[in-house]
Amino acid sequence: MRPSAGKLSLCLLMAPFVLWIVLLVVLPHLQMLRVSFHVRETWDTVAFGLEQYGNFFSESYYWRTFVRTGVMSLFTTFLTLVIAFPIAWYIARLARGRSKGVLFLACLIPFWASELVRTYGWMILLRESGLFSAILQAVGLADGPVEMLYNDAAVIVGLVYNGLLFMVVPLVTTLDGMDEHIVEAGYDLGGNHWTVLREIILPWAMPGVVSGCIVVFMLTLGSYLTPILMGGKDSAWFTEQIFTQFITRFNWEQGAALGVLLLVLSSVIVWAGLRVTGQNLRKVMG
Amino acid sequence: MEGKHWTSLTRTGIATALVTALFSTHASAEELRLITWGGYAPDDVVAQFEEETGIDVQVTLSNNEDMISKLRATGGAGFDLAQPSQDRIIGVQRQFNVYQPIDVSRIDAAQIQPSMLKATQESTSLNGQQYGVPAVWGTSGLIVNDAVADQVTDYTDLCSDAVAGKVSYRLKRPTLIGFAFALGEDPFAAYNDPDQYESIMAKVEDKLIDCKPNVKTYWTGGDQLLSLIRTGEVTAAMAWDAGGWKLHAEDPSIRFVAPESGALGWIDTFALPRRSENVDAAYKWINFVMQPEIAAKITNQSGNFTASKGADEFVKADLRDAYRQSFDEDALNNIKWYPPVPPGLESMEGQVLDRVQAAN
Repeated sequence: MRPSAGKLSLCLLMAPFVLWIVLLVVLPHLQMLRVSFHVRETWDTVAFGLEQYGNFFSESYYWRTFVRTGVMSLFTTFLTLVIAFPIAWYIARLARGRSKGVLFLACLIPFWASELVRTYGWMILLRESGLFSAILQAVGLADGPVEMLYNDAAVIVGLVYNGLLFMVVPLVTTLDGMDEHIVEAGYDLGGNHWTVLREIILPWAMPGVVSGCIVVFMLTLGSYLTPILMGGKDSAWFTEQIFTQFITRFNWEQGAALGVLLLVLSSVIVWAGLRVTGQNLRKVMG
Repeated sequence: MEGKHWTSLTRTGIATALVTALFSTHASAEELRLITWGGYAPDDVVAQFEEETGIDVQVTLSNNEDMISKLRATGGAGFDLAQPSQDRIIGVQRQFNVYQPIDVSRIDAAQIQPSMLKATQESTSLNGQQYGVPAVWGTSGLIVNDAVADQVTDYTDLCSDAVAGKVSYRLKRPTLIGFAFALGEDPFAAYNDPDQYESIMAKVEDKLIDCKPNVKTYWTGGDQLLSLIRTGEVTAAMAWDAGGWKLHAEDPSIRFVAPESGALGWIDTFALPRRSENVDAAYKWINFVMQPEIAAKITNQSGNFTASKGADEFVKADLRDAYRQSFDEDALNNIKWYPPVPPGLESMEGQVLDRVQAAN
């Protein structure tokens, strides 16, 4: 192929991607950044200022929800990692042949349904008139209906479930490539389970751990349906506040400012996470 | 109300509105793009209209906030006819200029109840021009189970121990207004006095925060509330009348009652988006659906009564009975109709709601 033709086909290939990024990601974000600095003077004049960001710090319910969302997302990510690691280990190292594919598929199948359906599934299980409550009563562990929905624990259960696949996949991929012999060597050199895990397996799996954590953390922080449906009255989640500002308060300026802050928060936490674990984004995502 | 649904939830908000704005195709001449509540444009009514006029009707289901957001995002384009509540028109029009005045001479006024037509004219007029025509009306009040009916007779009774943990209401402005009335205040009288309104809202905020442990969950969609009440997980709720009547039809021990301090009455209207592309079709639709027999079909579907004169005759009997059971003469006269919301009030209310949501 002549160089110019190659160049053209490359351009054509890239065009949809570039358009998508620019039109649907970059431009709206720039617009949001601009709107977040708008200050309404009267109904038809607008000035620029920091009022919305000031509101964020002066109204405690904004930043408290913000901190709460961040902390709960970090905890959810950690819990997802702890639960996903043994699963990934089993799939990557212990399962053989067909069972490997079947297990992988089993992780994947729930994601054929939408987040809404998965969340409703959990609600059917956890609600007062739901399955778990009925079982507890049937075996005599509870006298009356037990409400397990509408609290933080329920929200975390839902979020962990939603994040599980995105943690398992990168872990399986990295663990798959690990050489059996280095684990054996670890034991030969007198390591116990804990030291082998800490000194050999974890460092090897670190790129998978970090990329899984980034994806799960981002998904959790930005999730909307699960905290609202499963958390009910006590589930103040930051995305919900952003939605409320835009849609029910018509306060685009405040909503945009909160949106920008959420973007900054997630970027800072991801950056800090990479620094702490000594990874870099290129290595982790590549 | 059946149709006051998940719509706001399932939309990921502004993104959708912007995408709609970018990609909505231009309407062909004979198309009516209607944005309305669930139940206000039943399939058979749409089919009959299409057959009689040859105009293709495209219905988008929505609610007040969603409707306003969509129209605001496009400067009043994308739809030919909208159905916001009458109290949410003027404030929005002054801030965002998304509607155009209605030419009342093109409306068949003889089909509409005069008192309601006049009320809507007063509450949707701006600079001498009218922006809304009444369509459907209803109230919010209490849905209670017979077991607790004698303990829950007003909004504030939702906070009593008798129903602890089995209560649901929305975290939206009707709740603030309802609780204010039940606390002996008159929020509507304070609409134009921000300081007084703020002090009333402060009282309501304290009450709602105190009340929070009593609440199972704040409902956000009609279907969610219906399932909470059906399963008995919630025995008392603040909600729309139509939902209460629907549940009553399934289970006679559940009923809609007008609270002692008065049910809150709303009127949904017809309003013309500023950049409507088929105003003729919009007027045709208005005059079509306000015919008594057609309007009755809408009532039977949505559970809400319409402003059409004489439609009652064609409404299903059990719906009429349930309505009469909920509203005796006194309760009817005690309905508190929402006056237009002055600009700025909603941001004040918004902060109250945010603080209640974040309180623990």
